[in-house]
Amino acid sequence: METQAAVSDRTIVDETALVEALRQGDRDAFATLVDANSPWMMRIALSYVSSRASAEDAVQEAWLRCLNGLDGFEGRSALKSWLFVIVTNCARRRAEHDSRSVPFSELARREAERIEPEPLQDRFFGDSHPRWPGGWTTFSPSWDGLPEQRLLAGEVTARIESAAARLPDGQRAVFLLRDVEGWSSEDVCNALGISGSNQRVLLHRARHVIRAVLEDYLEGGELQ
Amino acid sequence: MSTRPTMSCRELVTLVTEYLDGTMPNAERIRFERHVAVCPPCRAHLDQMRKTIRASGALTEESISPKARDTLLDAFAGWRDG
Repeated sequence: METQAAVSDRTIVDETALVEALRQGDRDAFATLVDANSPWMMRIALSYVSSRASAEDAVQEAWLRCLNGLDGFEGRSALKSWLFVIVTNCARRRAEHDSRSVPFSELARREAERIEPEPLQDRFFGDSHPRWPGGWTTFSPSWDGLPEQRLLAGEVTARIESAAARLPDGQRAVFLLRDVEGWSSEDVCNALGISGSNQRVLLHRARHVIRAVLEDYLEGGELQ
Repeated sequence: MSTRPTMSCRELVTLVTEYLDGTMPNAERIRFERHVAVCPPCRAHLDQMRKTIRASGALTEESISPKARDTLLDAFAGWRDG
C-alpha cells in the first residue's frame, strides 16, 4: 500500500510538472487544471456570494491571479492550498466580508478553538446518573428503513445545501471540501492552514448540524 | 488489558468523527467498537452519521459555465503572449 507521504510526494512532482507546463504556455495543461479544480472552487465561491454569476466571476478572477502569480509559486505548498487561499479571498471580497484583514486560516482556527457545547448533549443522562451514566435519554429512530434513493434524492441534498450555507465559515469550508468534494483530511488541513485536530472539531460540528437537519426532515415524514 | 472504564454513549458521540476518520488510537477504537456492538442507539447514531456523509457526497457537482471556461482559456493564450 502506498503511504500518505508517498502520495503527497507524487502529487508535488505532478504539480511541479504541471506548473512548468503552464509557464511554457501549454494550453492543454491549463485546461486540465481548470477542469480539475473549478468545480470545488465554484462550490467555495458559491458559499460566500449570493449569485452564480458572481461566484463565477470570483473563480475566473482567482484563475487570472493564479496565472499572474505563477512565477511566485514555488511548489512549497500544494497547488490546491494556494488556489483555496486565492479563491476564498476573491469570493470574500465580493461578499464584502472583512476581506483579507483576517486570513482564513486564522478565522478557522479561532472558530475551532471557540468553546461550544458538544452536539446532542441534551440527549444524555449525566455522567453520575446511578443507572445510565452518560446514556441516551431519547433514542433517535433508526434510519435503517430509509431507502437509499430517498437519502440521495434532490429534496435531501437541497436541505443539505441550504444548511451548509448557514454554517460558520470554517465549518462550511471543511464540510464542503471533506464531505461534499471528498478531499482527504490532510489536503483540507493544508488548504485551510489549520491543524488536524482543529479540522476535526470543525468537521464534527458541521456534520452534527447536517445530521440534525436530516433528522428533522426524515423523521418528520419519511420514517413515520 | 486496559482497565479504563467502559465508554459511555455521551463519550462515544463525541468521538464519532475521529472514529470515522480512522485516526483513533487502537485501544480507544476497541473500546468504541465494543460499545457499538452492544448498544443499538449508538449503532443507530453511527449509521446516521455515515448516511449523513453519504448524502452530502451526493450533492450535484458544481462548475463554471463552458463560456467562462473559454474566456479563461483565451485569457491564458493572452497571458502567454503578453
